[in-house]
Amino acid sequence: MKGYEVRFEPDLPRRQAVGRIWQGVALLAILMGIAVLLTLLVRVFLDGLPYLRPQLFTEFPSRFPDKAGLRSALQGSIWLMVLTALLSFPLGVGAGIYLEEFAPKNAITRFIEINIANLAGVPSIIYGLLGLGLFVRGLGLGRSLLAGVLTMTLVILPVIIVSTRESLRAVPASIREAALALGASRWEMVRDHVLVYSMGGILTGMILALSRAIGETAPLITIGALTYIAFDPRGPLDIFTVLPIQIFNWVSMPQEAFHRLAAAGIVILLAVLLSMNALAIWLRNRLQKRW
Amino acid sequence: MDPIALEIRNLRVYYDDFLAIKDVNLSIPKNQITAIIGPSGVGKSTLLRAMNRMNELVPGCRTEGEIFFDGVNIYDPKVDPVEVRRRIGMVFQKPNPFPKSIYENVAWGLRINGFRGSRSQMDEMVEQALRAAALWDEVKDKLHQSGLSLSGGQQQRLCIARAVALQPEIILLDEPASALDPIATLKIEELMRELKKDYTLVIVTHNMQQAARVSDYTAMMMLTSQGERSGTVIEFDRTKTIFTNPRDKRTEDYVTGRFG
Repeated sequence: MKGYEVRFEPDLPRRQAVGRIWQGVALLAILMGIAVLLTLLVRVFLDGLPYLRPQLFTEFPSRFPDKAGLRSALQGSIWLMVLTALLSFPLGVGAGIYLEEFAPKNAITRFIEINIANLAGVPSIIYGLLGLGLFVRGLGLGRSLLAGVLTMTLVILPVIIVSTRESLRAVPASIREAALALGASRWEMVRDHVLVYSMGGILTGMILALSRAIGETAPLITIGALTYIAFDPRGPLDIFTVLPIQIFNWVSMPQEAFHRLAAAGIVILLAVLLSMNALAIWLRNRLQKRW
Repeated sequence: MDPIALEIRNLRVYYDDFLAIKDVNLSIPKNQITAIIGPSGVGKSTLLRAMNRMNELVPGCRTEGEIFFDGVNIYDPKVDPVEVRRRIGMVFQKPNPFPKSIYENVAWGLRINGFRGSRSQMDEMVEQALRAAALWDEVKDKLHQSGLSLSGGQQQRLCIARAVALQPEIILLDEPASALDPIATLKIEELMRELKKDYTLVIVTHNMQQAARVSDYTAMMMLTSQGERSGTVIEFDRTKTIFTNPRDKRTEDYVTGRFG
């Protein structure tokens, strides 16, 4: 570069000022989101406060706000979540393992992969319609918990498959080679190493998918999950309702008291969601492998 | 010439349409250390990985030709690669212990391959393997710590122990010391000299001093011609001959540092 006469004009104060302005803009952007969220939380909490009492959990829905609770909805949500987890875990993780570890890398596999990725983005009401046609009417399950579980399994299955595959892919090729070079079969490699080391990620994906399921309303309304259930569900063939539908129902009532009940219900739903996410983060940090 | 452990005939390896190595004929002598040297990208690792059928894990990889091991062509359709890999072990460039305990790193291979001994027999096998890899004294008090807690050189010896535990006939080493410091490298080299009493060793190395130091035989690989990108073995002989009196001009240029 000899021979060139370069004159630098650093003008540092101006450049730093521009930097500070953009920092401010970015800060404003995040504050906006937090402010909206905080307003929502505070508002909901204050509205629901008078109804956040034991009766909320012990009472069935009622025409009289003071006697109403979400006992059946909470039970329905728990049933739904547990059964959906039991069904979708083996199906989703199994499909993920097959696609990632065993499937030949050909056009058919790629076609399936693309479709699963697309299914993860399909609006959940479409699954509701499918569930209505296939499970409620086709299989004659009616508006039962089982029909809801099957539908919800369809909703979250693509998400579980995709997150399982991502977790499996995060296990380095060197570990797979190490196992195979010791004379392991492909399944032994997957069972004792790949699956074990990716379990943290798989469970995290599973919990996040379930927390989506617990907040889903549209597909369950479509298959006819009722709001007025005045008994404890006795089994998977009983009719049922869930928290978000109960909340939706209370919100659409004219009386102010029901809106407050809905707010209390939202607080419960948020608490469940947040604790599930916290569990997911805890699991991820605990089981994560570093290479 | 020593007895033969592995007889490679007319070996060709393709990655899709690309011919990576071409017409390799090579006899790996038993209980000796054979080094494979040559410039980068010439197919040294591909040749090594053909010897225990690790190549076929790469999608699009195709192998032609024959490799005779114990009288059987390991590429015969009747041969299960899983069995081949138990009898022909492999150590990789970057140490890759399992994120399990040191003990479990060694015991796992035994267990999946059907070792059904008692707890104390297993303990004994693990100890033997770790002793053979010159690692026992350093880890005997912490067998249940993670294999990842060891230093790089120790990790590599753990990987050797893991391979040795299966009592393979041949151990393939793909640049086993290139990620290690000189002292750890020296230990690996000493270990190799020790291991050749019981095993046949084949080592790929970039480091010509290393090949000269540890190996008994050397295979020199080069691209077949300038335009082509396929590699082949151009000369194979006792290491001493390769380094002092090679037949091929290209080998001479390479080992004297005039090229590569």
